Amino acid sequence: MTTETLTPDIDERFRAAAAAEGLLDVAYDVFDDTAIGPLLVGVTERGVCRITFDPEPERELELLARLYGPRVLRSSRPVERLHRELNEYLEGHRRSFDVEPDLRAQPDFYLRVLHELARVGYGETTTYGALATRAGNPRAARAVGTVMNRNPVPIVLPCHRVVGANGSLTGYGGGLHRKEQLLRLEGAIL
Amino acid sequence: MTVAVPPFEAFYESHKAEVFRFLVHKVGPDRAEDAFQETFLRALRAYRRLEHGEHLRAWALTIASNIVRDGARRDRPQGAMPELVTEDGRPAYEELAPLTDVLPPKERAAVVLRYGYDLDYAEIGEALGSTESAARQAASAGVRRLRKERE
Repeated sequence: MTTETLTPDIDERFRAAAAAEGLLDVAYDVFDDTAIGPLLVGVTERGVCRITFDPEPERELELLARLYGPRVLRSSRPVERLHRELNEYLEGHRRSFDVEPDLRAQPDFYLRVLHELARVGYGETTTYGALATRAGNPRAARAVGTVMNRNPVPIVLPCHRVVGANGSLTGYGGGLHRKEQLLRLEGAIL
Repeated sequence: MTVAVPPFEAFYESHKAEVFRFLVHKVGPDRAEDAFQETFLRALRAYRRLEHGEHLRAWALTIASNIVRDGARRDRPQGAMPELVTEDGRPAYEELAPLTDVLPPKERAAVVLRYGYDLDYAEIGEALGSTESAARQAASAGVRRLRKERE
């Protein structure tokens, strides 16, 4: 009966062909091997649209389908470059990302805040209030906290570099221990 | 209430094994792979146009059998007609499929969904936008017409 079984080879070839023909709204994959634990990542033709520390594929895929279109498929080739860049970063060999984020699903205020966030450099930290000011609304520190919490592409957009006014780490969507790990990696804390 | 279109990954994972087995039976292991790729690429091309997520299994198998038929049309010499046989009192789909081309669309759909994909009449009625009894009538009219064709 072996000839009747779909082999992983044939399965992978379809997934690659689907991406190569440009038929996917989102190609995603789960990286089990990163220094910060498993990551689920999604990319569109425009760039990275999703990185999450808590890969719960079923729920994530529904969300991606709602935001970008139903043609969401696991396919490793389109995410190869992101995979490489993330590993380089997490091993301390990269300070910024060349892959572009795809933020088209973000509301206006989120977009402004995320653009400012993108300018916070490697090894630096800033505060929620300072980021609110740079996004044009000095009183929106709390709202900035919400934007950070919902950052669709953590690590690539460095919400881990945003801390409380008193220097406390405050919070992180992926858990405080990860925020600490990233800041330590960058030499921002000891 | 209609069922939402699932992410393609979920659709593909649910049906890939069965579609592959179906294709191996139809065209043999050597040609099954290409037919498999083409089936799901075709599904992917049409996927954004789906309005609901019902009967996706029948949809996938319909695409697969269309691809088998397109391939057969190119390869098979004209006039080769397979025997119509009965299994458990039902015409076996294998032999039925190439014949159903002669049926009016509604009867063809009812026959294929009933005997090919084993949907019940209520599901077929829903798929065709009519009723259970209309689906039953269409399927039995289709089978009668096919038997007549064979005589």
